[in-house]
Amino acid sequence: MKRSEQTRSRAGKVLGIAFLLAGFLIAATVCAADPAGPSQIPNIFKPDSTPADSIFRLSKLVLVITSIIFVVVFSLIAYATAKFRKSDADDGSEPPQVYGSNQVELAWTVIPGLIVLVLFLATARVILSVQDAPKPPGAIEVIAVGHQYWWEYRYPELGVVTANELHVPVSDLQHPTPTFITLLSADTDHSFWVPRLAGKTDLIPNHPNHTWIDPHEAGLFLGQCAQYCGVQHAKMLLRVYVDSAADFDAWVQGQKRFAATNDAAAEGRRIFESTACINCHAVSGTVADGHFGPDLTHLMSRDTLAAGAALNTRENLRAWIQSPDSIKPGSLMPAMKLSDHDLDALTAYLETLR
Amino acid sequence: MASEIIAINEFAGGGQSVGEWLHGWVTTVDHKRLGILYILFSVFFLVIGGIEATIMRIQLMVPHNHFVSPEVFNRMFTMHGTTMIFFVAMPVLFGFGTYLIPLMIGARDMAFPRLNALSFWLTAFGGLLLYFSFIGGNGLYGAGNAPDVGWFAYAPLTSRAFSVGHSTDFWTLALLISGIGSIGTAVNFITTIITMRCPGMTLGKMPLLAWMNLVTAGMVILAVSPLTAAQIMLCFDRYLGAHFFDTQAGGSAVLWMHFFWIFGHPEVYILILPSFAFASEIIPVFSRKPIFGYPIMVAATVMIGFISMSVWAHHMFAIGMSSYGNTFFTITSMLISIPTGIKIFNWIGTMWGGKIQFKAPMLFCVAFLFQFLIAGLTGIMLAASPFNWQLTGSYFVVAHFHYVIVGAILFTLFGAFYYWYPKMTGRMYNETLARWHFWLFVIGFHLTFDFMHIPGLLGMPRRIYTYEPGRGWEFWNLLVTIGTFVQGIAVLIFVGNLLWSMFKGPVAGNDPWDAWTLEWSTTSPPPDYNFATIPVVESRRPLWDLKHPEDPDWKYE
Ligand code: HEC
Ligand SMILES: [Cu+2]
Repeated sequence: MKRSEQTRSRAGKVLGIAFLLAGFLIAATVCAADPAGPSQIPNIFKPDSTPADSIFRLSKLVLVITSIIFVVVFSLIAYATAKFRKSDADDGSEPPQVYGSNQVELAWTVIPGLIVLVLFLATARVILSVQDAPKPPGAIEVIAVGHQYWWEYRYPELGVVTANELHVPVSDLQHPTPTFITLLSADTDHSFWVPRLAGKTDLIPNHPNHTWIDPHEAGLFLGQCAQYCGVQHAKMLLRVYVDSAADFDAWVQGQKRFAATNDAAAEGRRIFESTACINCHAVSGTVADGHFGPDLTHLMSRDTLAAGAALNTRENLRAWIQSPDSIKPGSLMPAMKLSDHDLDALTAYLETLR
Repeated sequence: MASEIIAINEFAGGGQSVGEWLHGWVTTVDHKRLGILYILFSVFFLVIGGIEATIMRIQLMVPHNHFVSPEVFNRMFTMHGTTMIFFVAMPVLFGFGTYLIPLMIGARDMAFPRLNALSFWLTAFGGLLLYFSFIGGNGLYGAGNAPDVGWFAYAPLTSRAFSVGHSTDFWTLALLISGIGSIGTAVNFITTIITMRCPGMTLGKMPLLAWMNLVTAGMVILAVSPLTAAQIMLCFDRYLGAHFFDTQAGGSAVLWMHFFWIFGHPEVYILILPSFAFASEIIPVFSRKPIFGYPIMVAATVMIGFISMSVWAHHMFAIGMSSYGNTFFTITSMLISIPTGIKIFNWIGTMWGGKIQFKAPMLFCVAFLFQFLIAGLTGIMLAASPFNWQLTGSYFVVAHFHYVIVGAILFTLFGAFYYWYPKMTGRMYNETLARWHFWLFVIGFHLTFDFMHIPGLLGMPRRIYTYEPGRGWEFWNLLVTIGTFVQGIAVLIFVGNLLWSMFKGPVAGNDPWDAWTLEWSTTSPPPDYNFATIPVVESRRPLWDLKHPEDPDWKYE
């Protein structure tokens, strides 16, 4: 009985150790296997912008120190449990009764104290460098407003208003063009989190916040709202398009134009302008100037609909207008109950908004 | 034989009618019965909270799953969190405290037996009220039923603009009521420990369990009061036209966060200190040595109590505090790791040179040591505020605090269940089943919570009812869900073992573990009056002195 108990516990301990180590190893491989460069995986250990990079460097230090502590203390516990197990041949006497030792206590108070000091100083440096970074003259300014469950983006200096897909220029070291983002909320709390670009910052009503990013390479960076904001918190996705300087300028020029007019879509436009759509949506240069929902002036310049919930295809657009709940149950856009004919015409009109 | 009869009387009500038996339990002011009521109540809610967790895990097993709607999912995580914290963890720890403190300090009952009963019933009815929301929460046609605002219920989601119907009111009232119960329990613990210790038991000779519960009780008063105040303010906002947290009328969402976390962070320590208390009683007995560094353990406990009052905003690193605020809460949060680390070292010191017996209570405590180490280290990562900007609100933080709550608190609790089960019921549990429970739970726990860290590192936020494929999250979520089921099976074995052993377990006797504190000097289960004559103690281990008159402890303390 005793013997089998002992082997069983030992086997168990080995199992436990194996489990833990496997966990850490797998974590490390996942992070390493994820290819560098633009990737759909929003891995915090693949930074592509200064704030995320500073955090990554700090996290490496923290991980190294905590791993060392882990190995040391883990070994102590493992050793104690293995070494001081009651032996089979035990005579039943009690072991020597030890009540404590001041020297030892002092050691395991002071050493952790020193470790904390080092960690704290390293951390404080990063806090200041990320949070209190000065804004260089070339910086792009964006106001991001969180709405239940979509993102509004305004570029006050550039005169652009758009939604859900944030475009920013690449920032290279010679000509830094970071993007400084003011974070506001129109309703509940949200959080702006694009892991490869920066840590998260909340959008809180009556409490303007700030964050900044300076992506080093072009590409699409994904993230999503990280503060529970209501039913569709899960589909409040973030898409940051990092463009080369030329592409960014072209995008800005495109966004500044009034909405395209196209006679072929006149019927759809009439339907749009004579239903409640215009109370919630704006299309520049038309009577539509609602602000409860996303600006639709250049809807077709976006890859996705409804904060990344669906690809921006004809079928999805039609399905969305017919029944937003079919794509994003609980979203705040009502189903407009249009006839099939009107739906087709309306969809055709929206498709001209390039 | 005598203890067997008492055991049957306690639980099965032998010789009484059902009505008498029920009346006895409902009107009881006996700390032992109330302790058991607390514990049973918590186990019941543990199963419910576990079912809610399982529903969430099934939904998240694969991306774009349609097992439940977003509305139901949001209710599940709100109810799971609220239930597990307020109606499982707190009451079960209070239950053990209520049962054990008088016995361990050589008293016949708590200082205020009626307050004790009132506290329990307030907590119990708070829990029932929370669940009544499933029926009564609608209030309005089309409004949701159970609360869906998350367990920390950030403003302004709780305002009437965003939370129509009455679900939030049920949440508020449930916490308000059970909060008053908790404060009552805390007052009772403090008074009992300060005034009712048996002759000879100075504060310095008190079992560590009593010390840790004393500090916990102080923290409960300091931490639960602001939460209770905030709940009243929220009621004012919702019904009396106040605007504390109503951002649409100029109120402050951040104010709620401060109120909540000034409760919420000490709360973590309110839960972990009693769990430390179990470890501090169990590890010495199964290592056959006194606790290493008793005065340092007490000092570290008090330190934790103090520092834990100054770390709350580390839950708020992403809300845009100033760099000074973030720096301050980084240092306080890191500092608290020092007294916590001291405790781990002292437990290792206790095992060092001992003769360790790996019975179920000890197995759970050793696993606790390993897991709490990891939980502490991920805690240091989270305390480094820039790192926290990435980790907070993600599955990493969910994994971290489950490592604390399950890996540390629940593990020691299981240890405590097995350790004091013979005392409470008079019968021994089944060791083989307990080992099955242990190993399955260890495997399930690690499958779930080790791998849960990874999607967090890969950008998966918490509280999402579904997620996009292609972000590297699928595999990990699948593993996490599988682990949940393994844990579920383990818990069923646990509950089965407790039930089976109550009737079929061998009679335990007064002192099955050859232990040293006073509860083992009386019968199992103890009589109504606990001790026929009030004991007199000379050291921290009165039964050691009794068993080893040639080498008593008081010579060395
Ligand atoms: C009550 C206000 C309201 C009305 C009326 C309304 N919408 Fe919306 N609409 C919204 C909101 C809010 C969203 C964002 C939903 C989300 O992403 O959760 C939205 C999103 C959209 C989108 C996706 C935009 C994007 O950038 O992804 C389109 C297209 C759209 N609406 C078209 C219409 C049309 C066409 C009508 C009229 C038939 C209409 N809406 C009526 C509120 C409204
Ligand atoms: Cu959001």
